[in-house]
Amino acid sequence: MDSKWLPLATAPILGQAPSNTPLTVSEIEALLEGPLEVEFSFRDTRPPSQSIAGLSRGEQEFLLDWIIRVASTHVELGYQIACHGVAALAAMDHHMIEAWALHTMDVYDLSGLRPALQVIDKSAGFAEMQHTRLHGAILEEEERVLTGFLHGLSGRKLKIAASDSTYTDTETLFLPSIQSLFSTREENFLHYKITLALLWAQIRFGTFRALRDIGPTAEGFVPLFHGMETLRLEGCLSRELPGLYRQMVHLKDESDVAVLSSEWQLLSQQLSRPGVSVWEVADMALENLGKLAPCTVSCFQGGLAVESAIACMETRAEREKAHFKVRLQQILDEQAKKQTGEEERDEEKKERFMKKEVEDPSYPEGFRVEILLDDLPVPLPDEMAALASSIIVDFGDIPNDYLEPAGPGEYDPSLLNDDDEEQEDVWSGTYHEEGAFLYQEWDFQRKHYRKNWCAVREKEVVPIHDNFVADTLEKYSGLVRQLRKTFEAMRDEDRLLKRQPHGDGVDIDALVEALADVRQGREMTDRLFTRMHRSERNIAVVFMVDMSGSTKGWINQAERESLVLLCEALETLGDRYAIYGFSSMTRKRCELFHIKHFSEAYDDETRARINGILPQDYTRMGFAIRHLSSLLQETEAKTRMLITLSDGKPDDYDSYRGQYGIEDTRRALVEARQSGIHPYCITIDDEARDYLPHLYGPAAFTVVDDVKSLPLKVSDIYRRLTRA
Amino acid sequence: MENRTLRLDEYKVKSEPYYQPTGDEITLFEAAYRNKLPVLLKGPTGCGKTRFMEYMAWRLQRPLITVSCHDDLTASDLVGRYLVKGGETIWIDGPLTQAVKAGGICYLDEIVEARKDTMVVIHPLADDRRILPVEKLGTLVEASADFALAISYNPGYQSVLKDLKQSTRQRFVALEFDYPDAELEARIVVEESSVELGIAQRLVQFAAMTRNLKGSGLEEGASTRLLVHAAKLIASDVDPVAACRGAIAQALTDDPEMLAAVNELSSSLF
Repeated sequence: MDSKWLPLATAPILGQAPSNTPLTVSEIEALLEGPLEVEFSFRDTRPPSQSIAGLSRGEQEFLLDWIIRVASTHVELGYQIACHGVAALAAMDHHMIEAWALHTMDVYDLSGLRPALQVIDKSAGFAEMQHTRLHGAILEEEERVLTGFLHGLSGRKLKIAASDSTYTDTETLFLPSIQSLFSTREENFLHYKITLALLWAQIRFGTFRALRDIGPTAEGFVPLFHGMETLRLEGCLSRELPGLYRQMVHLKDESDVAVLSSEWQLLSQQLSRPGVSVWEVADMALENLGKLAPCTVSCFQGGLAVESAIACMETRAEREKAHFKVRLQQILDEQAKKQTGEEERDEEKKERFMKKEVEDPSYPEGFRVEILLDDLPVPLPDEMAALASSIIVDFGDIPNDYLEPAGPGEYDPSLLNDDDEEQEDVWSGTYHEEGAFLYQEWDFQRKHYRKNWCAVREKEVVPIHDNFVADTLEKYSGLVRQLRKTFEAMRDEDRLLKRQPHGDGVDIDALVEALADVRQGREMTDRLFTRMHRSERNIAVVFMVDMSGSTKGWINQAERESLVLLCEALETLGDRYAIYGFSSMTRKRCELFHIKHFSEAYDDETRARINGILPQDYTRMGFAIRHLSSLLQETEAKTRMLITLSDGKPDDYDSYRGQYGIEDTRRALVEARQSGIHPYCITIDDEARDYLPHLYGPAAFTVVDDVKSLPLKVSDIYRRLTRA
Repeated sequence: MENRTLRLDEYKVKSEPYYQPTGDEITLFEAAYRNKLPVLLKGPTGCGKTRFMEYMAWRLQRPLITVSCHDDLTASDLVGRYLVKGGETIWIDGPLTQAVKAGGICYLDEIVEARKDTMVVIHPLADDRRILPVEKLGTLVEASADFALAISYNPGYQSVLKDLKQSTRQRFVALEFDYPDAELEARIVVEESSVELGIAQRLVQFAAMTRNLKGSGLEEGASTRLLVHAAKLIASDVDPVAACRGAIAQALTDDPEMLAAVNELSSSLF
């Protein structure tokens, strides 16, 4: 049995009778009754139970566990898995079955029930490919390695996504979620890797550049061109990545794709030579159109999605042009700052940027492009260098009109805000996730993550300028003074410790005493040194403030007051801190409200934003913990803390209720802890003692009984937490 | 109290270190040295800053005292301290004081790693006073005419906590270092390891790939130094893929998936 599999879901149902005797049909029926909701539907569990009864106990438990896990996502899917499971087990090993079930659930998450049912239906065909128990490679498992590999190759930072077919739109490489042509997992992984390299080569070596410039072509051109172009790209790979090419040749021998015809073999020799351009391939394809039958030259070839690639290139070109020109302007501005006093005229500015082609055989074009400012090369910041290389990948060069720095009003500013797109209209259109951070979420029943489940956006609160802060400070004026004092005392600076056994300097007083001791025949102490006590506080803390609807009124007021007092105290202390509010309305609308970044000062604007914290919708917590953890990760500090201010348990409008929400939150906290973050929770929920120990651990939370005392407590808790 | 004298010879660079200039850094450094200006070397790890210092010390025929800075490096570690020996206290000069007195070049490698109070010690040395106050002795040591101060700094690690203060950086003549261009880097690898040019070029290509990964999984790409390590292994008949794995990939990251990705890149190249 696969070591990864733990029969958890069925364990409570199977009871305490650990036995190797297979379960009977009626026992299986009884087990499936609840999860498949037999009582409320017309599902007949007898036939699947009968077939499952024929399995060994181990196999039965394995399959039942998966049926129940899938049924937790959707009952019908679970039922279908039950119906197809035994046939699938005959054709696939456990590893593949897991992949199949997870893939089904992922498809359900992303596209709905019908496509997911199709995945199950196709299992027969899927399994047929695996006559013998093959080891397929699974994209989900290999994705990080493949992405790393892909980013290492030069050019644009490309993404990988699962799809039914293999192709690229020049930004994302689409690969099948399972690769199983070859007989070992290693070979199937190589299949992925080589396919990836060929798709990358299409972008890198100008395939789409040519197709875009050629424009519409005659029917039959694309498949013919695709075969020929693949041969040329294989040649490119043989020079660029000889190791990979050797692996490709080796795998081609293993695969049962038909041997090339003599005509295609001849073409292969011609096209793989160095110096053959994509234009020559296009010409050759045009000449042979109608004379030569298109050919799939290898199992790595994939498809050629001309239309989506060109559409993607066009949108990107516009965006990148705007970015590039704005960056050039920034360079000019910086330059101007450095040379204040020198007069600059606008007319001259226009011609100041030039490009220079520097011969460099390591680039597919044979040269690299340097940007010159007033005839001197400009060192491009990393981000801009990446932009330039992406532009060169699309155009083979940096077009001249890109070199004019953007003046005001020359570009559409919306092109520059690719992160903030559609912030407000998440509910309109079909694709809500554009421009959002996507976070996974833990499904405790499925025992697996739901991938890219939460669409998270950072939003701004509307600052409210009124007397709130001044009033709060006045209301708690005694407390504020006291807080400042105690926090100041914590700001422990370097102290010279005397009479230390080790240290940097000699404690002369101690030494004189010790020498006197020796003269008198007494034992000499070894505590003769002075040492600087280093107590630099190196703490970064994020406060995660509940902005759910339930905080309306009192609690919201107490939260805002707490934050004001806390900020006053923290300013004295000098710890780095950030404040974010969070709220959600289903997984599609998870929002984090920026109140204060680490780098921002606690000024009037920040105070007005604290004042602007208003109750919003629901309390999904996992995404907030994950997003803020990643922010904390980017901050360098010895101690990183994530402190949640909340009024209740995780809860959201969709299924984020009860155990589901609690388990996801717990999982997010575990992830945070694993990455070295200390989570802590301050809550005013009376019932919190029931679930908080499960979430935060027994010592990492405080329940404040009285809302009114929250402002007094929060600073105090923080002081205790960070005391040396 | 006695003063231990510095044995200058120990710090002399005796034979010419191999160094390939990438720009006008040698002229600049020499001019700075003649004008008694301290020098700041900026650039990523392993791009040749330390080697450059060795080369300059050899060229100028001055002893080179290198101090690698770290979290716990105190001012006493640089300036000197009292020790108790046989019932008496003796003063021992630290490396900086030694260099100041004897007219050596003191090179503080990765200066931002040192504690902040340590950095302040070098301030009076780095301006036109050129003095080193030795607080514990209550004396001021005037720098010998031949003394030079150089520090290195890796802007790639820039962060709120680890950044060079303006008051420090604005005392130095700054030389910017970067990885050499592909052709030169390959030549350096050949020179240092006697590996074939073809292999060296592949290694340089591999380095470029790992440098592409900076920011998407790796903190930093492979340095020229790592390439030389791998090349030396290859020259001793180690398989190139295994050499890249051992000398480069493992040195870059511990993350198993990132390691796998980097290894896939090297196996694609060789």
